[in-house]
Amino acid sequence: MARAEAPETAPDPTAAVQAATLEVPPELVAQSLGEWFRAWLTRIRSGDSGVLPVILALLIITIVFQAISPNHVFLSAGNLVNLFQQSAVFMVLAMGELFVILLGEIDLSIGYAGGVGAAITVQLVQPSTAKWPWWGAVLAGLLVCVLIGGLHGTLVTRLRLSSLIVTLGGLLIWQGAMLIILGLALSGYPSLAGLDANRQVLYNLMNGTIDPVVSWVAMAVVVIGIAALLWFGDSRRRRSGLVAPPVSLTLIKMVLIAIVAISVVAICNVNRAAIGTLAGVPWVIPIVLAVFGAWMVILQRTKFGRYVYAIGGNPEAARRAGINLAAVRTLCFIICSFTAGIGLLLYASYLGGMSGNINGGQLVLYAIASVVLAGTSLFGGRGKVLHGILGGLVIGGIYNGMGLLGLDVRWQFIVTGLVLLVAITIDSLSRRSATSGSAARV
Amino acid sequence: MGQVINESPAAEPRFKARGVDKHFGPVQALTQVDLDLYAGQVTALCGDNGAGKSVLTKCIAGIYEIDHGQFFWEGQPVHVRSPRDSARLGIETVYQDLALADNLDIVQNMFLGRERLRNGFLNEDDMERAATKTLADLRVTTVRSIRQPVASLSGGQRQSVAVAKAVMWNSKLVMLDEPTAALGVVQTRMVLDLVRRLRDRGLAVMVISHNLNDVFEVADRIAVVHLGRMVAQGRASAFDRQSVVDYMTTGASSRTGQRTDGNGAKSGTR
Repeated sequence: MARAEAPETAPDPTAAVQAATLEVPPELVAQSLGEWFRAWLTRIRSGDSGVLPVILALLIITIVFQAISPNHVFLSAGNLVNLFQQSAVFMVLAMGELFVILLGEIDLSIGYAGGVGAAITVQLVQPSTAKWPWWGAVLAGLLVCVLIGGLHGTLVTRLRLSSLIVTLGGLLIWQGAMLIILGLALSGYPSLAGLDANRQVLYNLMNGTIDPVVSWVAMAVVVIGIAALLWFGDSRRRRSGLVAPPVSLTLIKMVLIAIVAISVVAICNVNRAAIGTLAGVPWVIPIVLAVFGAWMVILQRTKFGRYVYAIGGNPEAARRAGINLAAVRTLCFIICSFTAGIGLLLYASYLGGMSGNINGGQLVLYAIASVVLAGTSLFGGRGKVLHGILGGLVIGGIYNGMGLLGLDVRWQFIVTGLVLLVAITIDSLSRRSATSGSAARV
Repeated sequence: MGQVINESPAAEPRFKARGVDKHFGPVQALTQVDLDLYAGQVTALCGDNGAGKSVLTKCIAGIYEIDHGQFFWEGQPVHVRSPRDSARLGIETVYQDLALADNLDIVQNMFLGRERLRNGFLNEDDMERAATKTLADLRVTTVRSIRQPVASLSGGQRQSVAVAKAVMWNSKLVMLDEPTAALGVVQTRMVLDLVRRLRDRGLAVMVISHNLNDVFEVADRIAVVHLGRMVAQGRASAFDRQSVVDYMTTGASSRTGQRTDGNGAKSGTR
């Protein structure tokens, strides 16, 4: 396709506009909502569909499982809360894995690297032996995860080993280490179920609930805060003469965020107990949101985040820009393992203890599948923290729905694999048509 | 070495190289090279493949360290041992591969490695304004949005962004490696106009080019290297197409040789 280039002497506005609208994110050029919508449609048709496919996948999963699950239980409050809890582990692991995938690297070890951290934490709070306070035990576990990530990153950057091989080694080594820590038998089976307040805190990470009134207030504060940030960010840009998205679009964004937040809190505040009362937002939801917010700020608003994308996009350009590639890469591996530590701690909380039977190999594949099926590129440079949330919800939805149907893990593996293949096939096909359309650019 | 053609004793060059040698193992890549680059002038560096154009450029940019010889910056002897040294002097290089990250937008690319911060976070608005201003100053007006990813730009636009990135930092000497290679006619014109505007802003510009059309269209001065030696250097008006080809291919030309003035002898004694 010959690209219309408008030289300043003889501008041909129509040609230039047509050429440009094909590729420019709609929010950059639209002055009104209608214009934005048309630009968005053009963009989807040209192959860059953003998170639309994963949203569609979520809708399909919801409709199918709601239709075929026994008693249409999929959309019941109790099951949805359970679904959030199951997805939380995948989401957190996926948001960590995202950092190394953005570099174009991979970390296969997160299931067991995080497992080592969680095992240490659980062992340290056992009342019969170590008796550490819960926060000390959590810090110790996460610190070990940081060290593990630092080791992986150093081997990859300083010795220039392939991250695939380094973390494949890690997958085995940390599984062994985790089993050794769990097998210390200081306390018998390291459980989090117990009446002591110390272990209750860790048990409640996944299972504890926030008082309904408190969760409504907290939700309102968070939603209003986000809305204010969006609004003032836009108006500051407009005041200083920069292009800002149309007001109506910003308002729609705010309303969507509010709807999602209100729905989640409302669902969680329904009494989901068969007998007695069980209502309220589980602690795990604010924990996942905190990880999401922190990692999003780091990736979108800091130099470090910018360098992660730059290295994933063109390492040579990053090197010439004076960026310390080894430091950024190592820090990504550290963040990845650290986040995995949080993820496995949540998993331990979900299981009510730390078992040697956790399948860290499967967890890492689910984490990678989550971000990739939501649109993150395995070649690096393209991906968002939001992909971890949405992809984790898809994987968690399949996992949950298959469980409701009474299909065991064998079928879960097959369906999850198929969903992943379909997602990346669609992604790859649309991308191929997008690139062939502009082969003329050099 | 080499001839200095029709040189008038002008102002002190912004950048001067004298007697530069560079070898890689047994291969002598540069031999006794002299080069003058003047502020407000476009110097075209010509030469056949393997003549030493790229090596010379990389020596000035600090990617290679020279074995012998001396660089002068605004008359003062300087040592350029790393890209950092050259950047500190105000030397920027736009390589042929442009070194742009396709997944980042124009602003992000222009500020890569030198991001502006506010309270520890990226100051996007500030960077966007500065990038917009630089592009407007250079009259790079064809991009639809300064926030579009570089992957969505045409070849000429990408070249313009790379050049704008280089001149953003108060640079005083910009070296462009084959800026029009792989560009179409319209885009080539756009980039050459940009090169002229850099010159008009008082920068010293060096353009490495094979393309004699471009060279004669834009260059104020021409320097020709042949087999690692500077064989001719002088005002563009003193050359014609055939003489440049002669210098590039054989290292000598009967055509302009006759027009060499007294400075040629002085240079030859070096």
